[in-house]
Amino acid sequence: MESNFDFDTKENEFKELKDFIDSIKDKGGILIQILHKAQNIFGYLPLEVQKFISDETNIPMSEIYGVVTFYTQFSINPKGKHIIGVCLGTACYVKGSQDVLDKIVEETNTKVGQTTEDGIFTIEATRCLGCCGLAPVMTIDEDVYGKIDPNNIPKILEKYRVIGDSE
Amino acid sequence: MTIFRSHVLMCSGTGCVSSNADQILARFKEKIKEVGLEKEVQVIKTGCFGLCESGPNVLIYPEGSFYSHMSVDKVDEVVDEHLLKGRIVKKYLYKESIDKDLIKSVDEINFYKKQKRVALKNCGIIDPENINEYIAMNGYMALGKALTEMNPDEVIQLIKDSGLRGRGGGGFPTGVKWSFAARNKADQKYMICNADEGDPGAFMDRSVLEGDPHTVIEAMAIAGYAIGATKGFVYVRAEYPIAVNRLEIAINQAKEKGLLGKNIFNSGFDFDLEIRLGAGAFVCGEETSLIASIEGHRGMSRCKPPFPANQGLWTRPTIINNVETLANITQIVLNGSKWFRSFGTENSPGTKVFALGGKINNTGLVEIPMGTTLREVIYDIGGGCPNGKEFKAVQTGGPSGGCITKENIDIPIDFDTLTSIGSMMGSGGMIVMDEDNCMVDIARFFLDFTVDESCGKCTPCRDGTKKMHEILDNITSGKGINGDIEKLLDLAYTIKDSALCGLGQTAPNPVISTIRYFRDEYEAHINEKRCPAGVCKPLLSYYITDNCIGCTKCARNCPVNCISGEVKKKHVIDTNACIKCGSCITDCPVNAIIKR
Repeated sequence: MESNFDFDTKENEFKELKDFIDSIKDKGGILIQILHKAQNIFGYLPLEVQKFISDETNIPMSEIYGVVTFYTQFSINPKGKHIIGVCLGTACYVKGSQDVLDKIVEETNTKVGQTTEDGIFTIEATRCLGCCGLAPVMTIDEDVYGKIDPNNIPKILEKYRVIGDSE
Repeated sequence: MTIFRSHVLMCSGTGCVSSNADQILARFKEKIKEVGLEKEVQVIKTGCFGLCESGPNVLIYPEGSFYSHMSVDKVDEVVDEHLLKGRIVKKYLYKESIDKDLIKSVDEINFYKKQKRVALKNCGIIDPENINEYIAMNGYMALGKALTEMNPDEVIQLIKDSGLRGRGGGGFPTGVKWSFAARNKADQKYMICNADEGDPGAFMDRSVLEGDPHTVIEAMAIAGYAIGATKGFVYVRAEYPIAVNRLEIAINQAKEKGLLGKNIFNSGFDFDLEIRLGAGAFVCGEETSLIASIEGHRGMSRCKPPFPANQGLWTRPTIINNVETLANITQIVLNGSKWFRSFGTENSPGTKVFALGGKINNTGLVEIPMGTTLREVIYDIGGGCPNGKEFKAVQTGGPSGGCITKENIDIPIDFDTLTSIGSMMGSGGMIVMDEDNCMVDIARFFLDFTVDESCGKCTPCRDGTKKMHEILDNITSGKGINGDIEKLLDLAYTIKDSALCGLGQTAPNPVISTIRYFRDEYEAHINEKRCPAGVCKPLLSYYITDNCIGCTKCARNCPVNCISGEVKKKHVIDTNACIKCGSCITDCPVNAIIKR
């Protein structure tokens, strides 16, 4: 697998992860907690990070990779600057969230689960977010948009394109 | 202690927080300070009120004024008028609050009138981040009573007598489950709270954790005492950040007060609690998968027996209870089993929380006594379908359940009745569908979900559901053939009989139940290549009705130029050239374009 993960610039991040691992090392069943933390620090879980966790915990790589790929929250690919999550829970689905998702896919010219070529958006179809009263719902990073009309999607995305450019 | 004359309660459930509850709360505090009322009026952030549809919601006591659809710019007026001058701001009240000029208090509103709150007792009333408010509502009194006045057997007997059944969906008697683990001797036993609420469209557990986390903690300690476990885990979905955060705060506060930890209430009983986050896998709601996940493995289920009560977490006896089940425990310990049995039906005592969603006016959280009819829930509490559409069916039990149709709308809601008509109680998601929803598409949607969420361990679930999904995909895209329905049913029953765990065994339910009640829709898709509800895109054609005013807007915007017609005359769509993009429908100013 090709990777442009730059080890040398991430010294502080690895130290933070190591400190976390050391703090919970003697408890049982800690792998998922460590992976959450690692994804939090690095944004995703490249093989290099998995290898590091394996070295620190003595859990075999095969098992770590197995766990990472089992759970949908963990990603082995880097994500875009902004993560768009469209809720495909039942309440949102019956209120037309598929149309919302289709519109976003069309607007960003990418596919569900993938990142746009410019690296600005990652599109995800998420499980129920639990705010069914606002269906259909989507999130962009921490912002929640409820009762969305697909026609308003271009306007909403534009806001983030601008933010994405200025950074 | 300061006594306040008024209380402003701000709903801070996920739904309201998503629509700026935090900013509204901050503005209330600021403004109240500006007008110098901070010693007279207290502002509290609470858990979910339940009526998510009208959020963000604010309640002002003692009047019980229910302000809905609040926004930051309305706050100043409410403070000036209501809190300063004592004049309720009618125009911002919930629409039903005003009846012939009389202002109704919150508990007189239809949505709340028929509800009975046991599990949600404190939700929307107390500040979930303040343990003292919980204690003021008799919090931790049940734990004190259990530890100091009862022995473990008595606690189990009490729960058995109450008839409480697991609210996660299975409906297994909780007291009986506890007694299995209590019987086992082991160096360590575990108590687990299952808060992996993966059922799409269900958010009961989240609301309890967000609104009243201490009740779950207290109940877990009681359960731990009953079965002899000194260590507990709460397994929560990582998708619920607010719930996780409040639970963390609550656990720390309980530890500080000595209500968790060593020698609780000087009884010699130790109980320690830890949060474990899920990572997005629906199957982890299943007991054995959940255990695997806490142990740090892939969340794959295993054969039962041995049941977790005998060999669970790290092969020690383990009891797993759902959040809502636990939320009933303290009330039963305090009020007795007779009191609990005074609600609900003989075989399903107590209440049940449902998350009403989909095509219904009052989406939100409702808690009703078991035995309430579906009609009461949909029409009296839920307010019926929006825009005058006709009610078609309600899906209970999510991807494991089935649909209930108009003809069964008067059945009482309890565990056994729902199972008898081919649905199930499930964890409490209730998704209402109207005439615009295609039932074949809904079945395909649920299968899509289970295919994605199958852990892949056993063949019936891994490959069987995939095959079913393929057939449904064909049917909804116009490629269905004669015999598909029979093939679906054959597969469905085989998977039900042979899958390893609950996920696979129940995965075919949505298909079986939609075929049972809506076979005609399946047949229309297969034989006539027609989607009666107008949902399945490949089966639809677009038509312009006589309402057309000939504005030419659709023709100008059609990407493939398949609409023709003269100005001010009715236009026509060339259905062969049409790519069904739907842009004409959006563009039409008079809604003259229909799909059929």
